[in-house]
Amino acid sequence: MAQERRPRNRSPRDRSTYKKPTPHGSDTAAVRQIDDLLDEIDSVLEENAEEFVKNYVQKGGE
Amino acid sequence: MAIPTVIGTETEYGITVRNQPDFNPTISSAMVVNSYQGGRARVQWSPDEESPGRDARGFGHELFGIAEVDSGLVNVVLSNGARFYVDHAHPEYSSPECSDPLQAALYDKAGERVLAAAARSVGRILRPGQNLHIHKNNSDGKGNSYGYHENYLVSRSLPFADLVKYATTWLVTRQIFTGSGKLGSENGRPPVLYQITQRADFFEEEVGLETTLKRPIINTRDEPHGEPTKYRRFHVIIGDANMSEVQTFIKLGTTALLLSAIEDGAVPDALELADPVESTWRSSHDLSLSRPLELADGSSATALDIQFRYFEWLSRYAEQSLPRQVWGKVIGEWGKTLEDLESDLTRTSDRLDWTAKLRMLNAFRHRDGLDWNDPKLAMAALQYHDVEPHAGLAYRLEGAGVLRRLFTDAQIDRATSDPPDGTRAYFRGRCVDRYAQSLVAANWDSLVFDIGEEPLKRVPMMEPLRGNKALVGELLDTSSEAADLLLALEGG
Repeated sequence: MAQERRPRNRSPRDRSTYKKPTPHGSDTAAVRQIDDLLDEIDSVLEENAEEFVKNYVQKGGE
Repeated sequence: MAIPTVIGTETEYGITVRNQPDFNPTISSAMVVNSYQGGRARVQWSPDEESPGRDARGFGHELFGIAEVDSGLVNVVLSNGARFYVDHAHPEYSSPECSDPLQAALYDKAGERVLAAAARSVGRILRPGQNLHIHKNNSDGKGNSYGYHENYLVSRSLPFADLVKYATTWLVTRQIFTGSGKLGSENGRPPVLYQITQRADFFEEEVGLETTLKRPIINTRDEPHGEPTKYRRFHVIIGDANMSEVQTFIKLGTTALLLSAIEDGAVPDALELADPVESTWRSSHDLSLSRPLELADGSSATALDIQFRYFEWLSRYAEQSLPRQVWGKVIGEWGKTLEDLESDLTRTSDRLDWTAKLRMLNAFRHRDGLDWNDPKLAMAALQYHDVEPHAGLAYRLEGAGVLRRLFTDAQIDRATSDPPDGTRAYFRGRCVDRYAQSLVAANWDSLVFDIGEEPLKRVPMMEPLRGNKALVGELLDTSSEAADLLLALEGG
């Protein structure tokens, strides 16, 4: 995903320790947890999603 | 030295009722505010002290804030010092003033619990089959945006032109860690499948007074809500409301840090962008964080590159000039987040809404073979922001330990009722708790009491850091009636 970066003066840690970003695949604990969560999310996700999302119209604010 | 930190946030919540053909968002918002059963006082919000049309560039008054006047009808002040009211067609929670970013994040989160409690109360009086939903988001995905505003007290001696010069690039580039994530684009911007922020598409000007049309990156509203010769309130309208506690803390802490550093002359280069408005949506659309932005001096850098520059300056400034306890934590979380965004942005899904939501959507796409435009993904993206604890998907991610937390439920619940100790919000909140019957009007910088004699008694609070627990705690503890309090204040 990321391309070569322009050099900069200083970063919080040595740049050589960085790995390239991985778009979807990195097998971190967070990813596994989210996969496990999908069933739970399915059980609370609003029914008739299409109708809910279609009718979700807000007035501009601020 | 920069003035001490005072931070508050304002959140306009999305509102909808399922299966209610005559749904009216203003009426439903009023029901939500009026139904809240927590510590509160129903008051007139004194419009005479408000001047939302005053421009920090010195243009004087303009005719603004008409909706503000109507909102006086549905307006409560909470015992935690917050204001809870109807703004336009949304329920809005304006947090109490807080004296550090950790506390400001806590009281921002407390707003979600207030809205959820109020929504439950309304739910009891809706018809069977009708369901009220409140979302802490900033866009309906159909071209309508509503705000999340941050307020930072800064010294009046800081020229407004310096704020514009030094804060613009900050506000554009911090989006990579302040975004809540959104499917698609809006407001005529180029199509994307997913982008970092909810708000970026709606910003069309660099500097201006407006907040509802032609939104500016730097808002010039000059309404200090305090002693006007000493203070400005820097009103940031370009941020997203965040569900993540950690992200809210990083967003508020780093921006407060930048403003202190600007006041102290510790930001050596404005890093001015050639086109701040275009850079705003372009960087929000750039999920790879690799697209260079053009700078005014002809060079180019990515938003992440620019953030690393700020990190270098601000981490040094914080070490030299600010107490370590809270600000060390700001620097630590921010630096780690920049590193993770550069090395593997999925690592930030334990603290950033936009990457957490993206992980969730990608997991659904892969498991269920869904296209990006599948309504289920749109539903999940929206429900991420639902403030009902059982239904809200961000809370599900928190519950499973995916999204990291900073606060316990008990801390957040307490923050819905008890005010912060360090600012005048303490005085306001305790007065609501103890003397609600005598309180008739309020504003950020005053309270008005009716103790049965003419004229009404007004207590000015022009110093945001006074009225704190150390100064008035004992007085409030020992004054059983509002009349006792006022007598003691007059005597003192």
